[in-house]
Amino acid sequence: MPDKNASGNASKLTDTGRIEIRLAGEGGQGMILAGIILAEAAAIYDGKNAVQTQSYGPEARGGASKAEVVIGEGQLDYPEVLNADALVALSQEACDRYASNLKRGGLLIVDAEKVTRLPVSHAVKVPVADLALQATGKAITANVVALGVLVGLTGVVSRQAIEKAVLGRAPKGTEEINRAALKAGLDSAGAELHL
Amino acid sequence: MTLKLMQGNEAVAMGALAAGCRFYAGYPITPSTEIAEVLSRQLPKLGGKFIQMEDEIASMAAIIGASIGGLKSMTATSGPGFSLMQENLGYAVMTETPCVVANVQRLGPSTGQPTSASQGDVMQARWGTHGDHPIIALSPTSVPQAFDLTVTAFNFSEKYRTPVILLLDEVIGHMRERFDMPDFENVQRVERLGVNVPPEWYKPYGDSVSDVPPMANFGDGYRYHVTGLFHDPMGYPTQRLDEIEAWIQRVNRKIERNLDEIILTEADGLEGAQTVVVAYGATVRSARHAVKLARQRRHKVGLLSLLTIWPFAEAEVARLAQNCRRIVVPEMNLGQLALEVERVAGRSKVRRVNLANGEMIHPQMILEAIEAH
Repeated sequence: MPDKNASGNASKLTDTGRIEIRLAGEGGQGMILAGIILAEAAAIYDGKNAVQTQSYGPEARGGASKAEVVIGEGQLDYPEVLNADALVALSQEACDRYASNLKRGGLLIVDAEKVTRLPVSHAVKVPVADLALQATGKAITANVVALGVLVGLTGVVSRQAIEKAVLGRAPKGTEEINRAALKAGLDSAGAELHL
Repeated sequence: MTLKLMQGNEAVAMGALAAGCRFYAGYPITPSTEIAEVLSRQLPKLGGKFIQMEDEIASMAAIIGASIGGLKSMTATSGPGFSLMQENLGYAVMTETPCVVANVQRLGPSTGQPTSASQGDVMQARWGTHGDHPIIALSPTSVPQAFDLTVTAFNFSEKYRTPVILLLDEVIGHMRERFDMPDFENVQRVERLGVNVPPEWYKPYGDSVSDVPPMANFGDGYRYHVTGLFHDPMGYPTQRLDEIEAWIQRVNRKIERNLDEIILTEADGLEGAQTVVVAYGATVRSARHAVKLARQRRHKVGLLSLLTIWPFAEAEVARLAQNCRRIVVPEMNLGQLALEVERVAGRSKVRRVNLANGEMIHPQMILEAIEAH
């Protein structure tokens, strides 16, 4: 097997400012859409380069699915994650399957209620699904809450960019719900930082 | 210009519209379905037609018919559907009907793994339909290039009256990238050579200076016969050896005489390279990464990216082989285009890097092949 650690670190040398994010959850949870939104925030609204890929099974719901977003300043060669700088996992299965190439010292964000077995000693545990329900009454907004947590903790894209990207993808009439979900995620990240 | 985060399949659909495609017939299949989805929404707005057919055999037949009727036409599929299209693909070659077939490759054989990446249909694109025939196959390495090469595919198909295969892989088809899409009026389009003689003088498969006979659209008053049998200059079946031989020679010649235009490649650091990586499709992205790492370690490495994989870039590879010590050929299959590289460069010079489990080739695998002694 290739030594993923070695080339992951080396990727910083080949692509300027390369950052690798992986978003994983159950199929149907909207993590691929979250990846698209994150990539749009970077590529359209922050003026950087971004490439988004995904992997999912043949089923429409269930199973584990992931989206990957690579962000950089210039040309991005390899489009997939080599060594993730951050992983967001909203289900135990997704965490088990996709944590393997989280960079040493990388950021792991998990849904506190759903992911109980952690592959690394330190993770940021946020009750993402509960926050979504509290903020919007809709569990389906968990993916946008998760984006808020990620952006709040990392600043991988600007707050203005993620808000524009979320609203740009929100179906008509759901703008306020999505704005509330994003804010809930950003706020919880702020609370986390002050711990 | 329109700045978007665009998917590869969407870029194919937009490229088709920009090239002037006005007819799509197909049967949806992962990982190509977004091409059909986008065209089903966009074609009607431009006065074009979209038909979801009963299967891929009929889809291929429909686009041939539409093209003979005068519309630039395409279909899109993946491995299982591409297998079904082979018979009519040969019919398009034989009748010299311009059309574009996008095959977004997934892991096979058979139903295989619909959402996994593969480059397993390289030889099928070349020889999937029977008989000696030329074919053009193009393979993009990015979303912007998926747009550009789709336009090129239409332009080649119209100029040379031949089916052109767009051979994507699941990675490029489903990947989203930043793309500043050009306005369609700024896209260079090639139109098929029309007829400028009255119907009674028209010879549909007659001699022509360029080996590409002018093409009359059905319905324009030029009655002629279209058949998959070998045919004479009027399009009627023939058993005359001289006419059969002349057809075979001409149809192959119209591609062979224009290799300089048809074979598209990108060269990176080939001058003085001791090792050259020859790659195509998504694997080019792995190769670029690996080549940069290798150069940081002071290896003299070049990269030849093949945007046109058929006809094979024989002259370019032969030239490389004279000047470098080793050629590395990474592919998401068990070694298909490597056979061509080996034929030209000699087996001892070629090191294959293969992966056929649905994953992209990791740059480290290519780096190891570059560094191996």
